[in-house]
Amino acid sequence: MKKRKRLSYAKYGYIFSIPFVTAFVIFSLYPTIYTAIIGFTDLKGLLKTSFSILADPLANFRLILNNASFKLSLVNTLKIWLINFIPQILLALILTAWFTSNHNKIKGQGFFKVVFYMPNIITAATIAILFNVLFGYPMGPVNDTLVKSGVLSQSYYFLTDKTASQLIIAFIQFWMWYGYTMIILISGVLGINPEIFEAADIDGANDVQTFLYITLPNLRTILLFVLITSMIGGLNMFDIPKLFNLGMPGNATLTTSLFIYNQAFSGSYFYNRAAAASMIMFVIIAFLSVGVFLLMRDKNETREKEAARKLARQIKRGELNKEEATK
Amino acid sequence: MKKGNSVGRRAFRIFIYVFCIFLALLSLFPFVIMFINATRSTYEIQQNGISLLPSSYLASNYAVFTGKTFDPLKGFYNSVIISTGSTALAIYFSTLTAYALVAYSWKMRQAFFSMILAVMMIPAQVTSIGFYQFMYRIGMTNNFLALILPSIAAPATVFFMRQYMLASLPLELVDSARIDGSGEFNTFNRIILPIMKPAIATQAIFTFVASWNNLFLPLILLTNNDKYTLPIMVSLLRGDIYRTEYGAVYLGLALTVLPLFVIYFLLSKYIIAGVALGGVKG
Repeated sequence: MKKRKRLSYAKYGYIFSIPFVTAFVIFSLYPTIYTAIIGFTDLKGLLKTSFSILADPLANFRLILNNASFKLSLVNTLKIWLINFIPQILLALILTAWFTSNHNKIKGQGFFKVVFYMPNIITAATIAILFNVLFGYPMGPVNDTLVKSGVLSQSYYFLTDKTASQLIIAFIQFWMWYGYTMIILISGVLGINPEIFEAADIDGANDVQTFLYITLPNLRTILLFVLITSMIGGLNMFDIPKLFNLGMPGNATLTTSLFIYNQAFSGSYFYNRAAAASMIMFVIIAFLSVGVFLLMRDKNETREKEAARKLARQIKRGELNKEEATK
Repeated sequence: MKKGNSVGRRAFRIFIYVFCIFLALLSLFPFVIMFINATRSTYEIQQNGISLLPSSYLASNYAVFTGKTFDPLKGFYNSVIISTGSTALAIYFSTLTAYALVAYSWKMRQAFFSMILAVMMIPAQVTSIGFYQFMYRIGMTNNFLALILPSIAAPATVFFMRQYMLASLPLELVDSARIDGSGEFNTFNRIILPIMKPAIATQAIFTFVASWNNLFLPLILLTNNDKYTLPIMVSLLRGDIYRTEYGAVYLGLALTVLPLFVIYFLLSKYIIAGVALGGVKG
């Protein structure tokens, strides 16, 4: 009888999922398929919606893959991401090691976390334009400081320098995200069983040894998660390259998202080519997402297993009643 | 030996503090310059890019800023409507979906959850061409609903809510509500939602800020001047009409940062805790 009652409630699982599934199908799944189809068609021109499949359906894809600007944008995106990510993860790791070490006892951690994370919640569009004016020529605040302090003999036109523009965008990304990465890593360290650290301490391991041989290996999953999510975010970089320097100079800050946007929403309105480029990016991102998916699933399963094991252990020790009493 | 060690450790600690204070200044300084320059005239800014003292041109900068094509209050209003709408929908329906995943055992449950995990990372940008064409066909461009309704399906929020529910929702409560004769939907609204308040608060902040800061989709969907959101208006500061009006540009930027600063420093405790939870989820 109990089983029958359970079954009668199961239908609510379906009913309560209907809004999500409906919205997902309409606003995500359908546009994805639509984008894929447009990639095979002749759809271009402002405000056009009618299209027909090309005689050579793969023409747009071939065109995009051979397009010098698209290739450049892919290289730029990866370059800017790497230049931001390597220092970001290193700094986050160093700060994590300092903040979680039992010996340093750093005060004001709450304050530092709040301030380091702060740029992350500010509108990226605002930050891009702010840095654009900060690096202004001839008398932006950065030039002003560098000239007055004698570092530069005269103002430097950063925004016409390809390397400088790429480096500044990478710096903005780094500056916006290292606090986030640090907080995630710290919470990861706090999740490691403290007994392991105690044992290392008793064995006489110093801070560096503890961090290299205990903390880092235990953070593997979280590090991988940070890597993949940061990469997906990096591949979608749009606001900052668009507004910091409009993809200039000489397409040096043209990212793939900006390339797609420019194809579809300016010039000749090549929706078809933009859609083909989107699908190429979609495949790359989907591939990366599989990584996140596997990580999450494994972690989820191990956590549920661990919880069950813990419960079993408690029951065995007869601790369950004790614990319930203290609750 | 122990003493020498402690001197070295003290020096190291001082180094850590100095380094962290440097990073804190690095986070704050660009905004400090921005707020100060918002009060200075364009002429003053061109003479000295940096000043530690505010000046008296706030009002004239504001006049220049609002004297051009757009009305920042309108942008603020539009952004509030879109962000509030999408946050409310994302929170309510994500909690409902998570409840379906946690409280009921149904055949498709595991498959559905796997699907949510799989699509969690796919960003809206890569499907934007199809989304734009679809919205254009049904006449939904320049309609805020096109930006609000998709929030009903927010996979990452569902994932977070599910994790929170698994950890802190006693299902016995649901059983006792059933015994009292409460309907399932009623139980969710009256009993489950209040219990989920802490999770709802953190997720609401993140959803709101993400929607508030979103530029890509509003930029392609909203083409009417009076539908512009704040980030679109910010992007106009980059255009030719403000080319030489530095004071006004700084003021425009400052106005968009100010509400976020207020929210952030009021709620920073919850926000940092929420980010940390996100790490646990990863």
